Amino acid sequence: MGDSPRVIPPAHPAFGGRLPLASLLLLLLAAGVQAGEWDLDRLMERLAQNPGGRVDFTEKTYMSILDLPVEGSGELVYIPPDRLEKRTVEPRPEVASLQGGELTLERGGQRRTLRLDEYPEAAAFVESIRGTLAGDRAALERTYRLRLEGGEDDWTLVLEPQGLRLSAVVRRIEIRGGGAEVRRIEILQPDGDRSVMELGPPQGPRTPP
Amino acid sequence: MSRRAPLVLLAWGAWVAACVLAILQARFTADLSAFLPRDPTPEQALLVQQLRDGPASRLILIGIDGTDAARRAQLSGSLAERLRADPRFTSVQNGTALASTADRDLLLANRYLLSPSVTAERFTPQGLRSAIEETLGLLASPLGLLVKPLVPSDPTGELVELVTRLTSASGPATHDGVWVSPDGQRALLLAQTRAPGSDTDGQAAAVSAIRQAFAEALEATAAPVQAAAPAQLLLTGPGVFSVSVRDQIHREVVRLATLGTALIAGLLLLLYRSVTALVLGLLPVLTGALTGVAAVSLGFGVVQGITLGFGATLIGESVDYGIFLLVQSRGGQGSLPDWTRRFWPTIRLGVLTSLLGFAVLLASSLPGLAQLGLYSISGLVAAALVTRFALPSLLPGRLRVRDLTPLGRGLGRLLPAAQRLRWPLALLALAAAGVLALRGEDLWSRDLASLSPIPPSDQELDGRLRADLGAPDVRYVVVVTGRDRERALQAAERLASPLDALVAERVLEGYESPARLLPSRRTQLERQADLPERAELQRRLDSALAGLPLRPGVLAPFLDAVQAARTAPLVDPEDLAGTSLALGAESLLLPLGQTCDSSPDCPRAWAALLPLRARATGPSALTIDSGRVRAALARPDLPQARFLDIKDQADRLYAGYLDEAAWLSLTGLAVIAGLLWVALRSGARTLRILTPLVLAVLVVAAIQVLAGERLTLLHLVGMLLTVAVGSNYGLFLERQAAGDAVEPRTLASLLVANLTTVIGFGVLATSELPVLRAMGTTVTPGVVLALVFSTILARGATREPHAAARSCARSEP
Repeated sequence: MGDSPRVIPPAHPAFGGRLPLASLLLLLLAAGVQAGEWDLDRLMERLAQNPGGRVDFTEKTYMSILDLPVEGSGELVYIPPDRLEKRTVEPRPEVASLQGGELTLERGGQRRTLRLDEYPEAAAFVESIRGTLAGDRAALERTYRLRLEGGEDDWTLVLEPQGLRLSAVVRRIEIRGGGAEVRRIEILQPDGDRSVMELGPPQGPRTPP
Repeated sequence: MSRRAPLVLLAWGAWVAACVLAILQARFTADLSAFLPRDPTPEQALLVQQLRDGPASRLILIGIDGTDAARRAQLSGSLAERLRADPRFTSVQNGTALASTADRDLLLANRYLLSPSVTAERFTPQGLRSAIEETLGLLASPLGLLVKPLVPSDPTGELVELVTRLTSASGPATHDGVWVSPDGQRALLLAQTRAPGSDTDGQAAAVSAIRQAFAEALEATAAPVQAAAPAQLLLTGPGVFSVSVRDQIHREVVRLATLGTALIAGLLLLLYRSVTALVLGLLPVLTGALTGVAAVSLGFGVVQGITLGFGATLIGESVDYGIFLLVQSRGGQGSLPDWTRRFWPTIRLGVLTSLLGFAVLLASSLPGLAQLGLYSISGLVAAALVTRFALPSLLPGRLRVRDLTPLGRGLGRLLPAAQRLRWPLALLALAAAGVLALRGEDLWSRDLASLSPIPPSDQELDGRLRADLGAPDVRYVVVVTGRDRERALQAAERLASPLDALVAERVLEGYESPARLLPSRRTQLERQADLPERAELQRRLDSALAGLPLRPGVLAPFLDAVQAARTAPLVDPEDLAGTSLALGAESLLLPLGQTCDSSPDCPRAWAALLPLRARATGPSALTIDSGRVRAALARPDLPQARFLDIKDQADRLYAGYLDEAAWLSLTGLAVIAGLLWVALRSGARTLRILTPLVLAVLVVAAIQVLAGERLTLLHLVGMLLTVAVGSNYGLFLERQAAGDAVEPRTLASLLVANLTTVIGFGVLATSELPVLRAMGTTVTPGVVLALVFSTILARGATREPHAAARSCARSEP
């Protein structure tokens, strides 16, 4: 709670020294709310200040067609505002990089480039992660309904798709974190398949090779 | 009027009616084919066919400028939506993800026939295992979402393989979901019309449909409150060009003919001061023009609009005959026999030289020039015949046109002064020759584009939009031919190995092939043969899946799909209809049509085109080492393939035209000289007539060069016409001078005839069409100089006025 009350001196000539007590209380109240509540805007603001950097990740993908989850690990590199790279090291080296509207996938000496606007589902899906890291609420809300749970130190951002087309492949995306850090991304699909990505602590900014 | 007048009128009327009848049946075109060769080499035939009817000829490039980015995107979407609903367009792309389900369905249904990774090896246990491992790996990638539903039926990832191979990663940039130029200031669309490029009416309908749709889109979507500039629609492409060229030629022909006729009629009225004389004087012109169009229509089957444009010049030439008749005979019936005796032989010789000048054009391989030749020859013959045989009987007995003797005398007094200019003229000619010699090889424009009727600003817009769309003109193409479509495809498939090697050696950046979109039936059959039978596949799959996390039974749809593919009908080009693959396959696999007769083993009936992409960077950026490509393709085990550098071909085509025009002009000059020599029976007199003409041409060429023009073959043809038309002046001056001095009335008639020619060609010089302008700016100063130089070099002086009067009196019967 700040020292806002003193912002308006009671005897200021502009108010003729006659500001009603009720108004003063209201102002106090408003100032208190602004400074204290942890909300979506606040989270986005914190995330948008993200200077970029890299984090280690481990990922498990559970699917009904598989007996065992597909596991992978590597590092995630984010360079604001729109470049995101997922460098998988285990079990097989693979680099998926998202830059602007293109997703490039390099694996086994092969390089594939996809234009995201031709694959709206994939686009919405990767945008959810990039939009969260960039704190771009407007971008997220184009495709998802947002809901924030928990407090500043342990929050969960729930993204639920708005359109039918996306709802067919994604039921919900849950992103957990604390402060400006994202710690876990869980994607749930309508058929019960899901993937969980755990992120380590940030390693600081780095330019990708 | 003489007693023969009714008969003459009847014959003339019948002739005009016949011409009108022929013209009513005529087919007029105004496309670019006037500038495409008549007897092309196979390469040129292909080039021309591509230019006229190829899929590239059906593309319209659309740009939306002005307003703001969001509004441009909105307009792009709205425009694309409207055009996609329009049956006149086969494809409209603006960057938005199309409901490309048709493509996907086709690829998915035929993946085992279309995918190049389908080999016997891939269906061994090891092959299956590594393909499935790859797919499982993809499941964890950002593509997993897309791949997952496919795993049960396509565990080896054939669809992913096909889609990623066919998706061009080098499309234009997108913004707000639509294509934009690299600077983001222009929204871009690409539409393909159903009508071929040579169907100008169809193209015109498509162009107006786009404009209409854009206007509707503007209305249907609200403009931003404060737009920087109103939204603007830019259209370009071969079809757009042919439509605008046709409109332009149409406008120009009407404008030039109206202007030329009005000016000449005004001049004649001023001179004759008699409406009857004016009407009679225009009769040869009218008859000539009608005869010319009828002859071209009958001779070529189709009349080029541009021929009519050139034909405006005919007015200036054919009106002269009437002028010679009316001015030299002063119109009276009484003096006619005298005129026929004294002047007609000269006019006849003049007509013959003009005819020979135009006749060499008949041999041109440029249809536009050949038509101009036929049009002018038939028109001039008709005009001359009407002047000689119809006009004299139609002249009313009391018709008296204004006597131009005073004007002639005035001119006559100038002659001695003119003849003192011989030495300055020699100096001028030397200077002109010097200017031309200094310019050397640079004198001539070597670019086919110099013949193009398309204004440079439009060509520039086209270049910009193409660059924005990342669709530069294809310059390098490898062509293989086959007896039928299947064989052409097989040949294209066999070129993959040398071309892949060239890509690996970095000679090329890459290439396209119709076989990538649609494998030959033979290849499809081989792939079918590589697919194991169901029980066998099950066995191999069981061993392949050992240790992989896939649950048993999940892959049952895969077994079904492979089983079905073993006996599925093969994919034919017709099956691609409605998909974006059709566009590519159609443009890269073409029937060669007319080059094939109906004999049982008609060779080269289909061609497969493999466009090569040059590397964008590096020492040989944007060009391809044609020697290495030719060497790589020359292997004896490969089908015979031709490597085309289209820019090179086009330049060669034009160089061929230019050489030909040079030969034709020289031949024309030689033939005219020969005719004069035979008619005049004197080498000296022939030389005296031709020298001023050659000097005039020399000076005109030097003026063009000094004005910064590079000469094209139309300038060259203009020079030939200068000689053909200008020889008339020389003949009159020379013939008169040979006997006596030049008669004042003859001099006056020459000046008037010169003025009408200047009007006819001068009007052309005002044309927006470069080809007409080149002709006009050459012939107009050319004929003026031809008259002036002929006068300067004419032998002897004019008669004294009293002598002229005596001669007139003496010659009257």
